[in-house]
Amino acid sequence: MTSVRTAPHRHNPMALRIRAMWQSDLAWAFRRSPVAMVSFVVVVLLVSGALLAPLIAPHDPFDPATLNLMNGFTAPGAPNAFTGESFWLGTDDQGRDVFSTILYGMRISLLVGFAAVLLGMAIGVTLGLIAGYRGGWTETIIMRVADVQLTFPAILVAMLIFGIAKGFTPVEYRDQIAIWVLILAIGLSDWVQFARVVRGATLVETKKEYVQAAQLIGRSGTAIMIRHILPNVLSPVLVIATISLALAIIAEATLSFLGVGAPPTQPSLGTLIRIGQGFLFSGEWWILFFPACTLLALALSVNLLGDWLRDALNPKLR
Amino acid sequence: MLNYIIRRIFQSVVVLLIVGLVAFSMFRFVGDPIDNMLGQERTQADIERLRAQLGLDQPFPVQYWRFLENAVQGNFGVSYRQGRPVAEIIAERAPATLELAAVSGLFAIVLGIGLGVFTAIRRDGWASSVIMTGSLIGVSLPTFLIGILLIYVFSVELDLLPSFGRGDVVDVGGWSTGLLTASGLKALVLPAITLGLYQMTLIMRLVRAEMLEVLRQDYINFARARGLSERVVNFRHALKNTLVPVITVTGLQLGSIIAFAIITETVFQWPGVGLLFINAIQFVDIPVMAAYLMLISVMFVGINLLVDLLYVAIDPRLRGEGNAT
Repeated sequence: MTSVRTAPHRHNPMALRIRAMWQSDLAWAFRRSPVAMVSFVVVVLLVSGALLAPLIAPHDPFDPATLNLMNGFTAPGAPNAFTGESFWLGTDDQGRDVFSTILYGMRISLLVGFAAVLLGMAIGVTLGLIAGYRGGWTETIIMRVADVQLTFPAILVAMLIFGIAKGFTPVEYRDQIAIWVLILAIGLSDWVQFARVVRGATLVETKKEYVQAAQLIGRSGTAIMIRHILPNVLSPVLVIATISLALAIIAEATLSFLGVGAPPTQPSLGTLIRIGQGFLFSGEWWILFFPACTLLALALSVNLLGDWLRDALNPKLR
Repeated sequence: MLNYIIRRIFQSVVVLLIVGLVAFSMFRFVGDPIDNMLGQERTQADIERLRAQLGLDQPFPVQYWRFLENAVQGNFGVSYRQGRPVAEIIAERAPATLELAAVSGLFAIVLGIGLGVFTAIRRDGWASSVIMTGSLIGVSLPTFLIGILLIYVFSVELDLLPSFGRGDVVDVGGWSTGLLTASGLKALVLPAITLGLYQMTLIMRLVRAEMLEVLRQDYINFARARGLSERVVNFRHALKNTLVPVITVTGLQLGSIIAFAIITETVFQWPGVGLLFINAIQFVDIPVMAAYLMLISVMFVGINLLVDLLYVAIDPRLRGEGNAT
């Protein structure tokens, strides 16, 4: 890659930073990959749709005052037989606008996805750093636990944690905290990948001279791990985080679909699909179809972005 | 070699003991078992009697040991929700799950190997690229959406196959089977495809990659030069040599088939152990959850151990002295 150096604008650091970002290797790889660009646009559209839901959504699906039961089962685009109102993607059995429920459902799906990955990442990176840097029996215990957990499919672990946490909460609070339990369950089920990769990378970094130099000048182990090693092991973490996000979104949808996730009062995309499945036989296909498509588009484009990021950050493939 | 086997078995036992501890702690600490088992009308004497009867007045390690003893004998306590012994409920449900898992496993192996060989031999044909693209979509679709899609096409639109339940079952010596009736077989088709599709694509892609690797080898060229027919070269020489990794992966996937049966059984309301587990989570039926956890761990750990040992048995290169890991 040729870099064209322009005179630095001393008084405009923001423009300078944007220019540097545009000329970075990663941006270059991005501009060369149509798949990455399309996926990125889809993700940005869906995420901003979810963030701006209260502004864009034609109806507030959680406000019973705006709902009209007469509007129930309106087909997409067609005016309702009783009220004459028409809805872009139709309505469900309670007259809720499907487009609005999808926008609000995505908020839950994305919240759970992002928070679960952040939790899994925090646990995994911390334990991976400690295991790789300290070694010895600390490492043995952490990695054995990781091995045992890896024997079981993540979704099973998440279900189990969900079930146990549900047992600890009094019945009247179960629906309110279901979202947080979901985050906890999915987060705890996917820390292993992070821990394994970070431990591997830390083992390599620890042998390098800069770490020995830091040890010689007497920095504490914690400081070396956080200030010196962590920044150097972050790029594989970023890749795993992106792929984990797609998996977490699907895991959340699966749990909610099975009825052990987001409650109907706070429906995520999975809950919406669960609701829609009930109307498959009576011909109201749109209640199921649009949430399912949204889930697919979201999971697929995040996944493709993760794949692209893995290739772009791996210097061996360039 | 012997050293390795003993160490592997020891590790498996430790894992099972830890899982047992988790299952036991669930039973002991999530909610109060006494509360769950006795109704509203109870006296202090009832509570004391049940506490002594369940051994809850004993120290923790004693209770844990007793739990393990009972679990080994197949005694997992009484379901909070149904009021019947958990072992009985699971035994009743197990045939449904095992039949579903066996049929999907068979579907995955037969079709996976078949399509894998086909796409490797005709690697540039249009049929191969259609199959490969299709498999990519199959991998990225979540299981429950595949199930719904199949229900929509084959039950709602075409009205060919049932969308829920097991159909008619016949009782053969205490084992209720759906494999002997027409409606049972019809009911099995969609769930089996849903459950086996992911494993099928996985096996197919693996067989294809391994076949392409083997077909480049010198002995394949030599076999061709000797004038052997394509069929003999492809199946007797090439396929045979791809089977070691395929057996390993298939073995490990067997465990996930049983775990993912939870999702498939819920979509199709299949009356198996997975549906039982989901209902147990919904109603916080701890004994059922604990029993399911124990059973599935025994299965997983057992399969892992078996695959590892099989691997050593099949591949002589792994039988190194002492340093096998």
